[in-house]
Amino acid sequence: MIVQFICRAILLGVPLLFGSTGEIVTEKSGHLNLGIPGIMYVGAISGVIGAFLYENACGNDAANMNGVLAVLIPFVCAVLGSTLMGFIYSFLTVTLRANQNVTGLALTTFGIGLGNFFGGSLIKLTETDMPSIALTKTSAFFSVKLPFADDLGAIGEIFFSHDFLTYLAIIIAVVVAFVLNRTRVGLNLRSVGENPATADAAGINVIRYKYVATCIGSAIAGLGGLQYVMAYANGVWSNNAFGDRGWMAIALVIFALWKPSSAIVGSFIFGALCNANNYIQGLGAETQELFKMLPYIVTIIVLIITSMRKKREHQPPASLGVSYFREER
Amino acid sequence: MADTKKVKAHREPLVHIVKRDDMPSWKAWLIRIGTIVVSIFLMGCLSMMLTERSLIDTFEIMYRGVFGRIETGSTVMLWKYLQEIAILLCLALALTPAFKMKFWNCGAEGQALMGGLAAMVCMIELGKTLSYPVLLVVVIVASVVTGAVWGLIPAVFKALFNTNETLFTLMMNYIATQIIAYYVYIVGGGSNVIQPVAEGNLPVIGNNRYLVNIITVALITVLMYVYLKYSKHGYEISVVGESQNTARYIGINVKKVIIRTMVISGAVCGIAGMLLVAGTDHSINTDTVGGQGFTAIMVSWLGQFNPFIMVLMTGVICFLRMGAAKVADTCMLNASFADIVVGIVILCVVGCEFFIRYSVKFRHGKKEVKA
Repeated sequence: MIVQFICRAILLGVPLLFGSTGEIVTEKSGHLNLGIPGIMYVGAISGVIGAFLYENACGNDAANMNGVLAVLIPFVCAVLGSTLMGFIYSFLTVTLRANQNVTGLALTTFGIGLGNFFGGSLIKLTETDMPSIALTKTSAFFSVKLPFADDLGAIGEIFFSHDFLTYLAIIIAVVVAFVLNRTRVGLNLRSVGENPATADAAGINVIRYKYVATCIGSAIAGLGGLQYVMAYANGVWSNNAFGDRGWMAIALVIFALWKPSSAIVGSFIFGALCNANNYIQGLGAETQELFKMLPYIVTIIVLIITSMRKKREHQPPASLGVSYFREER
Repeated sequence: MADTKKVKAHREPLVHIVKRDDMPSWKAWLIRIGTIVVSIFLMGCLSMMLTERSLIDTFEIMYRGVFGRIETGSTVMLWKYLQEIAILLCLALALTPAFKMKFWNCGAEGQALMGGLAAMVCMIELGKTLSYPVLLVVVIVASVVTGAVWGLIPAVFKALFNTNETLFTLMMNYIATQIIAYYVYIVGGGSNVIQPVAEGNLPVIGNNRYLVNIITVALITVLMYVYLKYSKHGYEISVVGESQNTARYIGINVKKVIIRTMVISGAVCGIAGMLLVAGTDHSINTDTVGGQGFTAIMVSWLGQFNPFIMVLMTGVICFLRMGAAKVADTCMLNASFADIVVGIVILCVVGCEFFIRYSVKFRHGKKEVKA
């Protein structure tokens, strides 16, 4: 029961971890990307389209499918799709200096629309009665477990029984934490987010940093969508199923205080909170609805506490949400 | 390699971006309207590609989707269109004072839902006991107050501790959604549907069920314009928005202004929720506002915080939304086509602001300036 709960929490937390790691990278460059929910949808649907085409090319037969390709094609598609969205965002906000909130929200509308549009069209193509596309064959390749997971009992199940994207999420978060805090590139990126004018004067190419950070951040976030479809939903795409996880990922950034390493723990806590309503005994269906607000309430509390304590290392990047124009005084 | 880099560093960049002085407003509007027209045209081409119909056909379908068969005297669709405009406009108007103050209220969705919920609770719990006029007043007051409270909570923390309001208000949306889900579950008895309630509805003028909503929002539009442009409060809001330090210097109580403005913002959102619940649906579910709270943010920004321009903007966006939905419906496309169209058009318009605020100068054009 406990083991199952923890596993479930991790599974639910991974899309959030991807999303928030991506958002942290973007926010460190001083851009509040509210398009993350849309980008995650696009990442998911790009992966689904890739997998769909590959499954069809193999005649819908698992025997013809190459394991590496079956994973690689959706993976690359998801990265490309979400990077493209990130590029649109950075073109508008970095080069054209458009308002970040409005651009982000429009991108979310656009991305969710895109996801549901292609999802709905693919569903129509499959000509089934179900309102969803099942890519279970591809999903099977995604959720290959480590061979020794079953031999280790509860520990094996908690630590080693997940799909490879889960481990990738943790690795990416650790790498991002390392790059941000321990390398010159990370230092430059942080300085761009704190004070772009100073960074510019120091010879850092601000525009390039902003573009690259936003695009990489979007690519990471898009993988969250892919993980949701392929591992959590067992390859079943149905419209709007991804829900508001994108917003939760943005909330998690604050919960983690802009630290990817805390985001790892935070995402699993969020996963647990999202799931708590199913595991607390004797809850009516109506009380379960109330329990679903737990992650949001916790985020608000964290938000308030961090703003009350005003510790310097817990603050968002100083120029978050402000467009940089070199000639402005 | 290093050599070429050195040479390049000495050359001037090909393009050079300069901040414009004030562009005459007719020119700015020409750019904006031009962008809207061009992007709508592009959308027409996109749907043409998807549906294999001619461009004129596509626009005719859009027109039908918005206005219906108006030439035969049927005004059903037209009223529906005006209703859509009214609700979106009401939410956008609600956000405007907050945005003008640079308070990013992303919580219109939640504030409207809570306002609607308050109206619903009053209609169900008090509907049988109070007389109609009293009930109506209670419904209106309850929704205004609840919406205001939902806006007040983030404002207080913003004023006291400078808590990030964008994320706070976003989270409040989902809390509101879950409260509604809870209430619907209880009242609907597990069916997740509340049957329309007959008590405490807004009055119907003539035979038109949308007219009251439209008149109310028209009134709010004018009031909001006057409030922002001619009242002392409106002036204080714009000073706080421009610079909090200036505001403090000239003796404006910034905290008070933030809290007061958000109460107004939340209250108008509450009215929008009340119009939806007591005026239109007579029921509530988690989808009652249907994401319009987010669209309203974009409308308010695109409308330059001017209520009358926002009327135009909502007109365009509702036209696109209903028109694209009709195209999708007629041509067997997915209904989300409308979201894509609205998203792209807004992205284009947001992008075009660049050409209003900045001008791009090419290298040879400005040699004499830079001696």
